[in-house]
Amino acid sequence: MSGPTRQELRAALVARQGERRTRLLEAATVAVCGLGGLGSAVALMLARSGVGRLLLFDFDEVDISNLHRQQYLPGQVGQTKFDALTHNLRLLMLGTEVGGQAVRLTEDNILPLLSPADVVIECFDDADAKAMLVDAVLSKLPTVPVIAASGMAGLGDGNEIVTRRLGRRLWVCGDGASDVSDQGTLYCPRVQLCAAHQALTAVRLLCEAEQ
Amino acid sequence: MIKINGSSYEWKEISLFSALETLGFDPARIAVERNGEVVPRAQYKDTMLRDGDVLEVVRFVGGG
Repeated sequence: MSGPTRQELRAALVARQGERRTRLLEAATVAVCGLGGLGSAVALMLARSGVGRLLLFDFDEVDISNLHRQQYLPGQVGQTKFDALTHNLRLLMLGTEVGGQAVRLTEDNILPLLSPADVVIECFDDADAKAMLVDAVLSKLPTVPVIAASGMAGLGDGNEIVTRRLGRRLWVCGDGASDVSDQGTLYCPRVQLCAAHQALTAVRLLCEAEQ
Repeated sequence: MIKINGSSYEWKEISLFSALETLGFDPARIAVERNGEVVPRAQYKDTMLRDGDVLEVVRFVGGG
């Protein structure tokens, strides 16, 4: 099987988005915290956008119940999400460097693990963990922006998913209300809408389209 | 007058923590912006709200 080379893929990206933006994205390190429906989609979107380095964090393994919504394949059930997504990112051949580890992020390890990141994306599913990560990044990493998600469960109108900015360094994507414990479940398209808001916000920040 | 998520309150001498508690927010599941700056969670109890403050409270809900 022969496909385009790494150099041909980069040239095709530069032809679309220009040398300047391609370089800004290549120079960036983005941490994706949580590799479920949000995080697995965010990571693939950022890799396709040309982000140079992704730091992936999730302690969990791929389960059969993940396959309808998350960016994994049936043969990856039982692998750590970290290993499976690292493999899937490499298949894209976009030259994305992948770091991070299969670990649970806590207040104690956030500083060493996330300090190399230019942008942190919060993709957890647990509400307490979401708030903890946002607070820890804003408190402990004095310059790093954080893009969080809140409210993407159920089958509500997709137009309710929005991106809000709070202060200088926090963006929150979602409808702000649809809790999975009330809605019962998550649907792939609505979760991906929210993931796309997060990935777009990161690309806008890295390309200096948003200050 | 203190404005929180668009509603006005006539509170005097109230901490951010007490205001959040009164309005039923769980401090472990929110982020708070006060006059354009996010307030760290560790400062909720020591932050006294003042007349003219504008706050936005975002709730984190489960799912991801």
